[in-house]
Amino acid sequence: MHIVVCMKQVPDSAQIRVHPVTNTIMRQGVPTIINPYDLFAIEEALRLRDTFGGEVTVLTMGPPSAEDSLRKALSFGVDRAVLLTDRFFAGADTLATTYALATALRKIGAEFGPPDIVFTGKQTIDGDTAQVGPGVAKRLGLIQLTYVSRINSVDTDKRLIEVERRAEGGVQQLQSRLPCLITILEGVNEIRVGSLMDALKAARATLIKWSAQDAGVEDITKCGLRGSPTIVKKVFAPQPRAQKAELIELGDNPGDALIDALFQRQPKLEGELEKLARGY
Amino acid sequence: MIEERFDAIVVGAGMAGNAAALTLAQRGLKVLQLERGEYSGSKNVQGAILYADMLEKLIPDFREDAPLERHLIEQRFWMMDDNSHTGLHYRSDDFNEEKPNRYTIIRAQFDKWFSKKVQEAGAVVLCETTVTELLQDARGKVIGVRTDRKNGKVGADVVVLAEGVSGLLGTRAGLRSRPDPNKVALAVKEMHFLPQETLEARFNLKGDEGAVIEAVGTISEGMTGMGFIYTNRESISLGIGCLVSDFERTGQTPYGLLEKFKSHPSVRALIEGSEVKEYAAHLIPEGGYKAIPQLFGDGWVVVGDAAQLNNAVHREGSNLAMTSGRLAAEAIFQIKSRRDPMTKENLALYRKMLEDSFVMKDLKKYRDMPDLLHIRAQNFFLTYPQLVSKAMKDFVRVDGVTKAEKEKATLRSFLAARSLKGIIGDAFNFARAWR
Repeated sequence: MHIVVCMKQVPDSAQIRVHPVTNTIMRQGVPTIINPYDLFAIEEALRLRDTFGGEVTVLTMGPPSAEDSLRKALSFGVDRAVLLTDRFFAGADTLATTYALATALRKIGAEFGPPDIVFTGKQTIDGDTAQVGPGVAKRLGLIQLTYVSRINSVDTDKRLIEVERRAEGGVQQLQSRLPCLITILEGVNEIRVGSLMDALKAARATLIKWSAQDAGVEDITKCGLRGSPTIVKKVFAPQPRAQKAELIELGDNPGDALIDALFQRQPKLEGELEKLARGY
Repeated sequence: MIEERFDAIVVGAGMAGNAAALTLAQRGLKVLQLERGEYSGSKNVQGAILYADMLEKLIPDFREDAPLERHLIEQRFWMMDDNSHTGLHYRSDDFNEEKPNRYTIIRAQFDKWFSKKVQEAGAVVLCETTVTELLQDARGKVIGVRTDRKNGKVGADVVVLAEGVSGLLGTRAGLRSRPDPNKVALAVKEMHFLPQETLEARFNLKGDEGAVIEAVGTISEGMTGMGFIYTNRESISLGIGCLVSDFERTGQTPYGLLEKFKSHPSVRALIEGSEVKEYAAHLIPEGGYKAIPQLFGDGWVVVGDAAQLNNAVHREGSNLAMTSGRLAAEAIFQIKSRRDPMTKENLALYRKMLEDSFVMKDLKKYRDMPDLLHIRAQNFFLTYPQLVSKAMKDFVRVDGVTKAEKEKATLRSFLAARSLKGIIGDAFNFARAWR
């Protein structure tokens, strides 16, 4: 079984600051991490490999420094890491990203065997679009299983997979043919600590680095900023709320006191609630 | 089962560990460095001042790409009482030289850079890997380490213990005793961020210039301790530390002292309006020469803070760490190139090299100072600063009291507080310890 995990190196959003004047994200000095949602995808891939045999390849597109994250993925026990890096890829929105990743996935398939499953995380913590996984699936004509919370079974002979998918209002049980693309939900597993051998291998591994040309990109205008129709018109930091939590003395009749306190602070609320009550 | 062997394993990626791993790798040895933090620097805490000379010996052109904050052109020493400070202030434009001697740094960034150099030199650096135990053969020779990872044993001809001040591994393996609470300080610090222009205006700095304030006095509540203020590019590192045993004895808290230091009128003005982004605590070896544990044995050497190599009088530590790491590596390389085994006898070379260097010579010079400053802490950290403050206040105040009267009163205040014998004794002891 060949499983490919698409992952992204992102700035650690817990430590990010927005420049008070220019409103741009201050990336300088902010540590980078593997997108936390992708860790669940990596672990799920490793578990399937441990059960069914085969290999796990991780793929990322990013600057040369994304090597750190790939090495980290290798230290969990991933077999192979591919870094897609080229200045032509810079400034890509989700459309251009899916183009580059899909191209690289085809090349991975040709070089190391076609993937049975492509995993991605639910979304990234920097872009938060959740578009790249489905976009890649569409470009490669893969069946897409999004928001998967559990893999129930894999039948490698019949090439079938059964998963649970969290949908609005319930859980769907889905069966699909392989190959497919799965975007996996957070919290479904916990990333492992790799063995000492895995860690040693990761530290010494030579990463596979592909430029646009190496990956087999045919139309460079579909990559990076040029291939990105998305325009960032404005970036702004939300105004911090001036109101602070306050302590309300409730006295003997706490219910009434609380309602009074609420209505006093939100005068519109009283009218709206009355209007609502009249409806019943 | 041990699956792989290295020439040397370095435990820890602080200043000493990085210096050792770098030197070993530069000499072509097969080196494994293990660090429990997420990256080199993630767990490392220092004020921090970097001394260029000792780093130049490892990375001559470090100024080209190392993350340095400011080079120091000014040193202030403060003796404080509750409302005032008496300062000694040295500032020199000569320190604006082409290759400055001292810099402020932020360890999380600096160590990351340092670690990159170690990796580039060819060492295998594994982070998020905690060494839990030293592996010893039947005769006690250290033959490798066990880590917290699965199948976590790995072998080596020699293990360099750069594990930091608490020396847990060495203690657990029975190679040394735990550091004595009398000989270790607990320091706490905060990073106060300020706009660069504000910071430069407050400290009278321009460009990359930096200043250092070191302070003793009533801020340590009569305990053996010191406060510090270092200027980074757009932040101030501010902290205070006292001996662990003193905290234990007095029931004072480190954060309590820090708050007091910060609210002192002389300090408050410097950090006003700043935003605290980070706080940290760390132990500092303060025992000096007499606290140095056994430094080598069959298959192991110990370097840096783990070897308690810290010059408390001059607040030097990282340079001693780097030098001890480098010398340990040099010794190992020499033994290795003679094809000799890493026995206690052979590794004694490291101790000898250390004795010949400034590290041991400086520590030896001040060998009596830690005890003196501890036993007479009340005098040196409380009484004298108060007396000096009072004397200065009377000296500068113009109030119609005759100068002769003032001098007499000052002298009397000293005598009342310490007696002639006491003062002479303190001076004599201090001079002797300094010698």
